[in-house]
Amino acid sequence: MWAFIHKLGSPKWFYAISARLQPWCWGAAVALILVGSVWGLAFAPADYQQGNSFRIIYVHVPAAFLAQSIFVTMAVAGMIFMVWRIKLADMAAAMMAPLGAGMTFVALFSGAVWGMPTWGTWWMWDARLTSMLILFFLYIGVIALRGAFASRDSASRAASVLAMVGVINIPIIKYSVEWWYTLHQPATFSITSRPAMPTEMWLPLLLMVLGFYCFFIAVTLMRTRSEILRRESSKRWVRELAAEEGT
Amino acid sequence: MPGPDASPVSEQQAGVACREPREGTAVAVRATLKRDLVLMLRRRSEVLNPLVFFALVITLFPIGISPDPALLASIAPGLLWVAALLAALLSLDSLFRSDFEDGSLEQLLLSPQPLPALVLAKVAVHWLLTGLPLALMAPVLGIMLSLPAGSYAVLALSLALGSASLSLIGAIGAALIVGLSRGGVLLSLLVLPLYIPVLIFGAGAVQAAILGAGVAAHLAILGALLAVALMFAPWAIAASLRISING
Repeated sequence: MWAFIHKLGSPKWFYAISARLQPWCWGAAVALILVGSVWGLAFAPADYQQGNSFRIIYVHVPAAFLAQSIFVTMAVAGMIFMVWRIKLADMAAAMMAPLGAGMTFVALFSGAVWGMPTWGTWWMWDARLTSMLILFFLYIGVIALRGAFASRDSASRAASVLAMVGVINIPIIKYSVEWWYTLHQPATFSITSRPAMPTEMWLPLLLMVLGFYCFFIAVTLMRTRSEILRRESSKRWVRELAAEEGT
Repeated sequence: MPGPDASPVSEQQAGVACREPREGTAVAVRATLKRDLVLMLRRRSEVLNPLVFFALVITLFPIGISPDPALLASIAPGLLWVAALLAALLSLDSLFRSDFEDGSLEQLLLSPQPLPALVLAKVAVHWLLTGLPLALMAPVLGIMLSLPAGSYAVLALSLALGSASLSLIGAIGAALIVGLSRGGVLLSLLVLPLYIPVLIFGAGAVQAAILGAGVAAHLAILGALLAVALMFAPWAIAASLRISING
């Protein structure tokens, strides 16, 4: 077990393994997102209250899921890097951060677009939108901190610490914002509690969520691979690889 | 007595006759407290500037919004809390800066006593000379904003409790950026999202006092946030300082 983890921690071994995994992840992501979006956008029944505008859910919910999971994954990778000094974990964390920030933005943007037909306004200080916005700022902070250091090692460790501090705070922020919102909730905009979704509505949603996760894994593998080559460019195995490619 | 994180000096320290470990830590903490207090009191402008900033920001709001007492009274709890929070944030940059520049921060890191205990002493002095004065001054500014009677004591108490958490959380950010030459804006980017729960419950306590509702729950949650910050922040600050100094 430990030998396997140590092996996985070596960039060279990871580079070889991920080359085999990557096509499968991309294939699964493309297939799931294609099927899910065609099914969700064209065949799923329209909502009896919101009509067709509810279909934004097929982008909004997976993006929101991913936005939160990527932050947690990033913090776990940061912890692995800080505790066991596995550089690979830090490379992956560095490559995940922009994707996470992007997903948070997608969730916010699709939420705003969805808000227009349902609430009649682009933005309201809804508990979930607000905590998503704060999550976006947390992502920006981690990315900015990493960029601010001249030495890569300090940048990695500082970003790891901040990601861990952030992940401890996320539940606190989430619950305090929800609590704050219940106190200030404006009566005019209350969302009627949605009835449980029929199967033909949530099944495509499930496919989309799985597809987004596969997409995240695939993109992270791809970006980590190129980051490995960049950071290890002076190592012998990378030079040999480059020489092979060259011929 | 030297812990594992004091390895660079452990050999030299081994030759020196050490006191009892616990007493050694207590002496070091007391010395740090006294040194920081004396230093801060000699640079009086650093103690006074956040207070002046607080008063100035509060002056801007009636000018920018409206001098109408009824309107001001309705937004006063939030205004006072946000302005105090910003004043505390601005004072954070100097928490480790001068120690970093004259090298005494490195001595602090090299000392055989546990670093979390020593940084806790520094943060305590920061709160004593920034957070506590802000809390004592807030009721005066509350009068100027025609804050409804009966909420003044709660305002001071919530600020005193909350600003301790703000100092602890903010010190993590200050420690992360102390090695960077221009970290001012970055510091607020890192720290402000983490301040939100404290702001929610702090301003909420004052609102509850105005409405005549019980404030015990809010103050208890502020205390709980402080307890959590006391538990985690000293270690995060110590780790961040090590990253900043070694980088």
